[in-house]
Amino acid sequence: MTSTGSDRHPMTGNEMSGSESGGMERHSYDVVVIGAGGAGLRAAIAAHDAGARTAIVCKSLLGKAHTVMAEGGIAASMGNVYPEDGWEVHFRDTMRGGKMLNNWRMAQLHAQEAPERVQELEDWGALFDRTPDGLISQRDFGGHRYARLAHVGDRTGLEMIRTLQQRAVALGIDVFMECTVTELLKDPSTGSGRAGAISGAFAYWRETGRFVVFEAPSVILATGGIGKSFKVTSNSWEYTGDGHALALRAGASLINMEFVQFHPTGMVWPPSVKGLLVTESVRGDGGILRNSEGKRFMFDYIPEFFRSETADTEEEADRWYDDKKNNRRPPELLPRDEVARAINSEIKAGRGSPHGGIFLDIASRRDPEFIRRRLPSMYHQFKELADVDITAEPMEIGPTCHYVMGGVEVDADTELSGVTGLYAVGECSGGMHGSNRLGGNSLSDLLVFGRRAGESAASYAAGLRDARAVVDEGHVKAAQADALAPFDPSSGSGPAGATENTENPYTIQSDLQNSMNDLVGIIRTAEELTRSLAEIEKLKERAQHLLVEGHRQYNPGWHLALDLRNMLVVSESIARAALERQESRGGHTRDDFPGPDDTWGTKNLVVRLDSTGTGIELTEQPLPVMPDELKTFFEAQ
Amino acid sequence: MFRGQDASCRPEAGRAPFAFRRDGARVVPITHGINQAEVAMASTEAGVRGPTRARIEGRTLRSDRWWLYPLTTFVVFTAFVVYATIRAFQGSHYYAAPYLSPFYSPCLGDCVEGSSDFGQPFGWWPLSAALIILIFPLGFRMTCYYYRKAYYRSFWLSPPACAVAEPHTKYTGETRLPLILNNLHRWFWYAAVLVALILTYDTVLTFRDADGDWGHMGLGTLVFLANIFLIWMYTLSCHSCRHAVGGRLRHFSKHPVRYRMWTWVSKQNAHHARYAWLSLFSVAIADLYVVLISSGVFDDPRFF
Amino acid sequence: MGYDLKMRIWRGDVDGGELGDYTVEVSEGEVVLDALHRVQATQAGDLAIRWNCKAGKCGSCSAEINGKPRLLCMTRLSDFEESETITVTPMRSFPVIRDLVTDVSYNYEKAKQLPAFAPPARDEDGKRRMAQMDVERGQEFRKCIECFLCQNTCHVVRDHEENKPAFAGPRFFLRYAELDMHPLDTHDRRELAQGAAGLGMCNITKCCTEVCPEGIKITDNAIIPMKERVVDRKYDPLVWLGSKIGLRTKDNDGRSEV
Repeated sequence: MTSTGSDRHPMTGNEMSGSESGGMERHSYDVVVIGAGGAGLRAAIAAHDAGARTAIVCKSLLGKAHTVMAEGGIAASMGNVYPEDGWEVHFRDTMRGGKMLNNWRMAQLHAQEAPERVQELEDWGALFDRTPDGLISQRDFGGHRYARLAHVGDRTGLEMIRTLQQRAVALGIDVFMECTVTELLKDPSTGSGRAGAISGAFAYWRETGRFVVFEAPSVILATGGIGKSFKVTSNSWEYTGDGHALALRAGASLINMEFVQFHPTGMVWPPSVKGLLVTESVRGDGGILRNSEGKRFMFDYIPEFFRSETADTEEEADRWYDDKKNNRRPPELLPRDEVARAINSEIKAGRGSPHGGIFLDIASRRDPEFIRRRLPSMYHQFKELADVDITAEPMEIGPTCHYVMGGVEVDADTELSGVTGLYAVGECSGGMHGSNRLGGNSLSDLLVFGRRAGESAASYAAGLRDARAVVDEGHVKAAQADALAPFDPSSGSGPAGATENTENPYTIQSDLQNSMNDLVGIIRTAEELTRSLAEIEKLKERAQHLLVEGHRQYNPGWHLALDLRNMLVVSESIARAALERQESRGGHTRDDFPGPDDTWGTKNLVVRLDSTGTGIELTEQPLPVMPDELKTFFEAQ
Repeated sequence: MFRGQDASCRPEAGRAPFAFRRDGARVVPITHGINQAEVAMASTEAGVRGPTRARIEGRTLRSDRWWLYPLTTFVVFTAFVVYATIRAFQGSHYYAAPYLSPFYSPCLGDCVEGSSDFGQPFGWWPLSAALIILIFPLGFRMTCYYYRKAYYRSFWLSPPACAVAEPHTKYTGETRLPLILNNLHRWFWYAAVLVALILTYDTVLTFRDADGDWGHMGLGTLVFLANIFLIWMYTLSCHSCRHAVGGRLRHFSKHPVRYRMWTWVSKQNAHHARYAWLSLFSVAIADLYVVLISSGVFDDPRFF
Repeated sequence: MGYDLKMRIWRGDVDGGELGDYTVEVSEGEVVLDALHRVQATQAGDLAIRWNCKAGKCGSCSAEINGKPRLLCMTRLSDFEESETITVTPMRSFPVIRDLVTDVSYNYEKAKQLPAFAPPARDEDGKRRMAQMDVERGQEFRKCIECFLCQNTCHVVRDHEENKPAFAGPRFFLRYAELDMHPLDTHDRRELAQGAAGLGMCNITKCCTEVCPEGIKITDNAIIPMKERVVDRKYDPLVWLGSKIGLRTKDNDGRSEV
């Protein structure tokens, strides 16, 4: 505890070398993980366990990452409730949920390894809800054939992040909190074996605004999603697509960016919490959807693809909760994309609730004690924020931007991106969930691929010995200049030369959120997408003339100005890919192309930064083909 | 010139993981290695007005009536203490057959006839008989987790209310004498159970008339019944009781009966503060009732 | 339904600061954080606020509203009169960084000092078995969102900076209790709780419970049971006597002091 007189930090032993080389703080590690959500923490733990010197760099305080918002559970075929469950069934559900556009290998690894990853959490202190014989309890969720989600009430994400956080702290992994990475650094040398490989990352401390350079041959992106580009979203401010954008700028590619999941049930009132998530467990535990006429409308929206496994009468649907073997699932538990579209149609048809949503009713179907025990956070959330008692009245809900299926294109086994030394995991990676993610598969995704990324990053770093990529000082200087640009009142770099900078970052963000919400939302058309691209072009131009007030010490305006670059490039990627894919599939619905198209079902869209570095370019790429023995899982039914 | 680089961006040393430490010139480190100069400084401008905290003059910015609870508690407890002290030293008007004041039960000193149901082992005691046994209920309440909160807030102002700065410059909590003795709460709880049993016996005796015949009842019987009910609820809802019946276990599943008891006590424990207050009133009222009867202010209304 | 809300917001840093007056338009159903965000977007772009989820789940936006420690995102404007001025200051127990943002590293350092969960080997089939009734107490404590409002309110450190090295605070008593009540943990943490964590400093005035946005009964369910467990270990005549004559609970078997 006493460390006065030393520059070494009392907890981590790190040297605070603020005085070195022009005041730039520098740290050297084997593996640097960007992001401290479930994926980042799991990756860091794995890298540490593999012997790598590991650091976690995160924008917020440790333990605040968006993973805490996950409510329902972790999907893993442990078979604690239904012994007939197994990885094959989970794999099949995942692929079908993603409309077969998933990277089959990722889906397979995910289904196979999830049970052990969950069990591991328990070794580290997680307290899951139990079955009567003392095992980890598992709950029903949309798109999963069996009750499969390990959970703790409706705060599973909190449990997961706390467990991983406490594990990381116990292992003594260094954590750089409230530190934002703005640029990845690469070895500039030509000809050497390390040319173009990752050499580190450039970041700033939010608290002081000072810059810091991390030197590391392996960088793992675990930055989460992009939801903050949309107005109505369940995502927190951190979700600005940093990892997506960092990867693009480093030369890696993104896939499946057109697929954005709109969660069917977000709060719609009061306005200040519009978009806030209402967990799918409400439906898993018996909640149903009604329109303003009181009709349980989901029966009208059962797609052909799921007809054989979905109940078509209310009686059968209600029997299912107690007898899953002899009854088919209620249509409320169809995958999220189906439910979200159905809700959207009902609202558009004028059968919405007073505040523009529809009704989610559990009050009339379960007793108050059950609701409070199974859904404590939801009870609390509605009571505190909307003054609604969910044990007595229905909730008003509507679709909200929730998750991006697209992300950095990675190798399924190692999570290595197209750039040597750059790994991506969790929501900022792409492929695993295809065109639509099943509820509960995100938390297991974080764990399974977090561990894999951590191990491969550590082993790559260890294999290098001394032949590490080096940080280019010119690159660091450029990153520093870029980061400081928003303080500059006049030297705009726009085509018109020096102009006065006056743009407010908050206004640009708000304009971007509005146009993404209105033009690239849940239902899309070519005309609107084209318009959105024009809007984004304008916003990009305006973003050249940002000006923030104040100084560098904990200045949210400045932080937003820097995040804005990422949001713009990611938004453009989404809109471009959405315009290109002329079909409707999973999280991508085109009003002008309402059905799925088999030729599109075999290809991914890949996004890269174009040669000017200011726009993006799009290519088609064939989907990896599933081996025959896995194909058999889909023939049975 | 970039504004981001002007003087308003302070030249501070970078921060390492987990900490927000800065270099020494401007800011003192907060949690580590506090040197004497800083402690001295803390003694004049301590706590919320300490050198690292946000500079806000007020000891609290609370605008609600936060002082109501400590004030009420102070007034009521003081009144009780005054009343109880007078009564304890008075040594008279504690028995009006069949009612024995709870302040004097069991009456082990040189008590008036009919009041000593457990003999007079302290017959030589020159002072009021209440003083012999009062240490037990008094000790129980003084070390009670609820009363501790109440008197620390109301009498010692440590703190008077949440987020209201306390006036003391030093604080060691319950780590030293005498406050470390609060850890003896459990010993007093054991005694309190005995006392409650004796008061139960006294209450049973109130179903007699003044001549000792059974099967009668007066208003005093109801007063005593209410009192003993509240005394038991207060005693059984005690945190130490909750711990003893089951709270100390790590595996409820292996002790189903104790788990049920713990669940019941836990439910009552949530109302421990209420029982602490109500039983305080009821015991004073029971005593006052005896005073009024024995001094002949009015006659105990008999029902049958 | 909108109206103009008068706010006083503390602006400054460790060198000093003051309450600044702002008037901002707010509308029905909004919370204090909404009002602050509007100030930020329209009047003071550099107003420092720490926040994340805006749903009461992450515990980032802790501050003091009209002197009371609360989450900015869970304090509804409808709790106040429209004419009332709302005063917002940073938490006053931690060193201020800037505006409403404080340095909460104290809490992270305390977390680091706490010995981790230490389970025995798994069952034969690679799983673990625990009864629901045995994990429920711990689950209540694990609802903690680490907003540190309890740490901020606790007068032991709020009013006595010098106690910080010796006092872990309510949030970590919660953690000690969680682990001590864990059906599988093999560490006996009672001595540590009393010694290293400073449990004895707590005088159970219950402010931690009062401010907990998750409604965790910190004092009744964690701190007092921990104090009682310490009494078991150190001060109870019957427990001592019982162990002398071989009468003791087997409930603590398999645990050792760390």
